[in-house]
Amino acid sequence: MTGNFTTHRMPSYLEQQGKYTGIRAWILSTDHKRIALLYLYSQLFFFFAGVVMGIFMKLELIAPGQQIMGPQTYNALFTVHGLTMIFLFIIPGLAASFGNFMIPIMIGAKDVAFPKLNLFSWYLFILGAIIILVGIFTGDGPPDTGWTFYAPYSLKTNTNVVLTVFGAFVLGFSSILTGLNFIVTIHRMRAPGMGFFRMPLFIWSLYGTAWIQLLATPVVGITFLMVVADRLLHIGFFDPAQGGDPILYQHLFWIYSHPAVYIMILPAMGAITEIITTFSHRTVFGYKAIAMSSLAIAFVGYLVWGHHMFTSGMSETARLVFSFLTFLVAIPSAIKVFNWTATMYKGSISLEPPFWWAMAFIFIFMIGGLTGLVLGSVSTDVHVTDTMFVVAHFHYIVFGGAGLAFFAALHYWYPKMFGKMYNKKVANRGLLLLFIGFNLLYFPMFILGMMGMPRRYYDYLPEFATPNLISTIGSWVLGTALVIVVVNLLRAKKGTPEEIDDPWGGRTLEWKIQSPPWIENFEEIPTVEHEPYELTEK
Amino acid sequence: MEQNHTEHVDHFDPVASKIGMWLFIFTEILLFGGLFIVYSVYRYKHPVEFHLAHQELDVTIGLINTIILLVSSMTVAMSITALQTGNKKLTLIFIAVTILLALVFLVNKYFEWGAKIHHDIYPGSEFLMSLSKGDMLFFGLYFFMTGLHAIHIIVGVALLGVVFAKVKNGSVNQNRFSLLENGGLYWHLVDLIWIFLFPLFYLIH
Repeated sequence: MTGNFTTHRMPSYLEQQGKYTGIRAWILSTDHKRIALLYLYSQLFFFFAGVVMGIFMKLELIAPGQQIMGPQTYNALFTVHGLTMIFLFIIPGLAASFGNFMIPIMIGAKDVAFPKLNLFSWYLFILGAIIILVGIFTGDGPPDTGWTFYAPYSLKTNTNVVLTVFGAFVLGFSSILTGLNFIVTIHRMRAPGMGFFRMPLFIWSLYGTAWIQLLATPVVGITFLMVVADRLLHIGFFDPAQGGDPILYQHLFWIYSHPAVYIMILPAMGAITEIITTFSHRTVFGYKAIAMSSLAIAFVGYLVWGHHMFTSGMSETARLVFSFLTFLVAIPSAIKVFNWTATMYKGSISLEPPFWWAMAFIFIFMIGGLTGLVLGSVSTDVHVTDTMFVVAHFHYIVFGGAGLAFFAALHYWYPKMFGKMYNKKVANRGLLLLFIGFNLLYFPMFILGMMGMPRRYYDYLPEFATPNLISTIGSWVLGTALVIVVVNLLRAKKGTPEEIDDPWGGRTLEWKIQSPPWIENFEEIPTVEHEPYELTEK
Repeated sequence: MEQNHTEHVDHFDPVASKIGMWLFIFTEILLFGGLFIVYSVYRYKHPVEFHLAHQELDVTIGLINTIILLVSSMTVAMSITALQTGNKKLTLIFIAVTILLALVFLVNKYFEWGAKIHHDIYPGSEFLMSLSKGDMLFFGLYFFMTGLHAIHIIVGVALLGVVFAKVKNGSVNQNRFSLLENGGLYWHLVDLIWIFLFPLFYLIH
């Protein structure tokens, strides 16, 4: 593969005419790039729905007392906000959209191993989303259990838990099948010469993620089915009145839902690795260490679920062991951060928007990580558990980590995926505003948590007023910034091949083909002769 | 879903589909694994009630069903060998026998469940609610786990039905039989899960 793409161009996957036209050319396409965009659009739709709900919650909390909604509405709102953001945006996350688009291209293949299964996964995703939506708008009101569906309240509440839980079960299936598809693709479809240790690190992170999706999701799937059975058939798995154990529910739930945090964050770290390496114009530092740290996070991530339950009722030994294992996860995470820094050291850094997004990611993720230590240690956790501190930490990691990386990846691969280049100045300003808004919104929550403000209440004592007001103002800044960022992307202009085929000087395979790619990606399957980030002449 | 010349030529990789099937089987085992954990915890908490409740189950009918499933696993394996040697007729016979055995299993299950329900033992029944917590959990788990297993049997029958049709029209044949092989793998999984369910509910004292 050489850089002759400017002279000879094929029709891109966006323009390609197949048997179907109009919308059917998209929803019946088995092309991984089109499916990736289906995911991208649906995920962004749900993300903005979640943002709107978040802004309404912050508005309610602008001052003590009831502002715009009562307690029941507020409970429903934080539940639905959580469900939407977690199950419909960030668990499919970077894997379903950017992973789908990039895995085949980055390993030099024409598509994933099972293209039809890939499309089927998207249908399951949409089906699950529809079931959840129906659950929200029918029956006796949207669920008010929080996204965790803790028993026994989830068995007792009159709201429409059955449908939403079942929707989450269907989404789990979609996630499992995507993971399965990716694992087989990575094992079977690599181009000649692309050994496992020649794969880009984004692929390594997705490989670790896929195993978590595959091996953790079934456990929560069956747990959700048990909740449905408890409600419909009164079996009593988790109902103490019938001998069931609600703590057992928490164990089963977190056996999946803690690894799920790594489903969200691992691909994010992978994308950040790609971005930092590209813009530092250096070979990545510690390739094998980063690759292995992805697998280490995936593995250790299984064994730490108990840290969600330090105050739920567990033996002292269990709490100490879970606390210790939780601290172990910090090692592979830190390996990544140190290697990113070492990659930048003495690099020739170009300060383009994706790089700034990566920097914002590292800064925010670090705050999230360090405050995680407070929660990982039993003695401090019992003081701040169920306070706003947890909410702040969680949003620093999941929104500030995985969410920012999602937008970093979007800015990085945007020219490749759409053949357009956005206004870089506006992108930078949008990011700056978002960074300010983000910290205004979430940092006061750390202080509120330390002061003792509990989470999940629509009202609070007067002494919590000032930080809450700042936080609400932050939510407006953040909302504005997101609009600027997205509008800027939508207004991106078609570029010439020189501007869009490889705008950043990337070295992985996706930058060696035209933008947007042809439907078969490569005119001939490339032969890989060197490490992924080697500086070669083009 | 094929889109004439613009869509990729169908890429056939039997090893990939086999890996995919094995990964799927892992997820199924973990799905039931969650239930096995729940079973173990509650058995540990209510040993006496679980012991007494299990005596209500009919070991004979459970044993017959175990034998039926083991034989059906054998016939599905034989159908693969038959197809590999190119004997299409024999393949079809073995698949049909497998499906038939699966249906017999379901009929047995129907009568077994029917007898329980006739005695007012089913989740949420007034009689069961009046029993001890251990009894409620035992029968709750019994109906849920064997019920979920029965759903897997039905899915397996549907899958084998599709394979039967494809062998008949020749799209699954001596050279291209990974669908039958994967159907067989799934069937072995269904069998395997029953091999664990049977002692857990019927045999352990």
